Amino acid sequence: MRPDLEIIQQWIEPNSRVLDLGCGDGSLLHFLNETKNVSSIGLEIDQDNIEQCIENGVNVIEQNMDKGLDNFQSDSFDTVLLAQTLQALSNPHLLVEEMLRVGKKGIVTFPNFGNWKSRLYLATRGRMPVSKFMPHQWYDTPNIHFCTVKDFDALCKEMNIRVLTRTVVDSQHQGSWAVKAWPNLLGEIAIYHITRD
Amino acid sequence: MTEEFPIDSVGLVSPQLFHFDDELTLRSGKVLRGFDLMVETYGELNAEKSNAVLICHALSGDHHAAGYHSEEDGKPGWWEACIGPGKPIDTDKFFVVSLNNLGGCAGSTGPISVNPQTGTFYGPDFPVVTVRDWVKSQVMLMEKLGIQQWAAVVGGSLGGMQVLRWAISYPERLHHAVCIAAAPKLSAQNIAFNEVARHSIISDPNFHDGRYLEHQTSPKQGLMLARMVGHITYLSDSAMRSKFGKTVGDFETSGSNFGRDLRSGKLSFGFNVDFQVESYLHYQGERFSENFDANTYLLMTKALDYFDPSVDFDGDLSKAFANSSCKFMLLSFSTDWRFPPERSRELVNDLLKAGREVTYVEIEADEGHDAFLLPIPRYMNAFTAYMNRVFREKCSNAT
Repeated sequence: MRPDLEIIQQWIEPNSRVLDLGCGDGSLLHFLNETKNVSSIGLEIDQDNIEQCIENGVNVIEQNMDKGLDNFQSDSFDTVLLAQTLQALSNPHLLVEEMLRVGKKGIVTFPNFGNWKSRLYLATRGRMPVSKFMPHQWYDTPNIHFCTVKDFDALCKEMNIRVLTRTVVDSQHQGSWAVKAWPNLLGEIAIYHITRD
Repeated sequence: MTEEFPIDSVGLVSPQLFHFDDELTLRSGKVLRGFDLMVETYGELNAEKSNAVLICHALSGDHHAAGYHSEEDGKPGWWEACIGPGKPIDTDKFFVVSLNNLGGCAGSTGPISVNPQTGTFYGPDFPVVTVRDWVKSQVMLMEKLGIQQWAAVVGGSLGGMQVLRWAISYPERLHHAVCIAAAPKLSAQNIAFNEVARHSIISDPNFHDGRYLEHQTSPKQGLMLARMVGHITYLSDSAMRSKFGKTVGDFETSGSNFGRDLRSGKLSFGFNVDFQVESYLHYQGERFSENFDANTYLLMTKALDYFDPSVDFDGDLSKAFANSSCKFMLLSFSTDWRFPPERSRELVNDLLKAGREVTYVEIEADEGHDAFLLPIPRYMNAFTAYMNRVFREKCSNAT
């Protein structure tokens, strides 16, 4: 399992209701269904991923999240997940708002653009970073809204969102003391557990 | 030497007639005192009786969903694309039950049956049947077959509406509901097309108030016209363009002639059939009018028009699904303008509101409403994946 998903799953209560926005091939929901007996639904738009979800026995709905979540009732889920998808949305802040309407709690993970490698790449080469982790060229990338840990902190403050836990991990997906001390510099993936006050 | 059927076909099949002595009270209040259902089954029922799948047919369908009726039969059942060994509804895994609905004209009791009370054809006296009535009769069939719960009830279009009715009225009797290219109820436009079809039948001079069989005739012109109109709504603009735009005509300058293939290579400057699409519609209409009963067509369109499970729930369909316990799979097709994806999404949203487990896939397909009958790869993959899930959840422990 992808390491950010490993951390996320610890925050999911057994027998709770989970909505996964951009659920990919459904492996996380499949895991949560099996181990935590959650009642879950995933949203996805990629046809191959959708087929994989169905194959995994995951309830998946073909839905473009950029068009909102207004077909979901308020507070109808315990947790709404948004894993590695924030940066690909047209209006990330609107979806975060919607997440916390539909769910009691939200979990957001994203690649931290403030990581030292990105900073070094941009500073030394003067070009948008391309790496194994973020392999797309600027003109041909699904990632249209990169942000840093500090940026997301600021957004949460602006939107009156309470951060329950913030975990930042490096490429080995470990939260060492150094990463904890300088999350925006050393962290590669940011993982937020959020709620409304 | 026997002719070989394709290996992914169920091959030679023969229908069975089931007779029911019971009374069936219909939604209209009328009572059918005894009736027959014509049924085909494919595959084997397992010892636990847990692998049964019910197929619900659409407007002009019948019990013959898969396989061939004879060695010489050139045309397989109407859902051959989806039923058979290795196909989405895999007959190596499932026991598949398919029937001709009440009011049909393929062997089940309907307008062309003899009314035991009068000794003559029911004709227009056959009561108007609704989706609810069909499902009620399907429950009786299920009991006769000794099946407690369907692994899945599956249907497209009007068949999908029967699937929804099952989930609403008999929640404990099915594990999965697979509803393809359907809608929560007809739109005014849908009803309008049905009314054109009905009017063309009723105004045919050979209709004789529905007693055409007693007059030894049939309103073929009207039925043909009804089918022609219906057929247009089953196809998309793009499907028609490609169907009738393959050959390069005299006017061809670019890659497309917008499906305006001519029948004989030149314009007639009269009111004859000039374009391929016209002769195609004539052919479809004629063939249909020779094989289908006009009163049945009227009944089937009425069943469509009347379908609206929300009427018992203050117009809120989500309340109708409150007691459903099955899991749902909905599929729609991008160019279907009869029951477009938005209509399936309405259903998905009501199911979500009711807290049901739903899977929904919108298939990119050029073929319009008819796509649900065709082996479109994305459709087959999603459908197969879901039926595999049905099998895993319901039948994999069984033998």
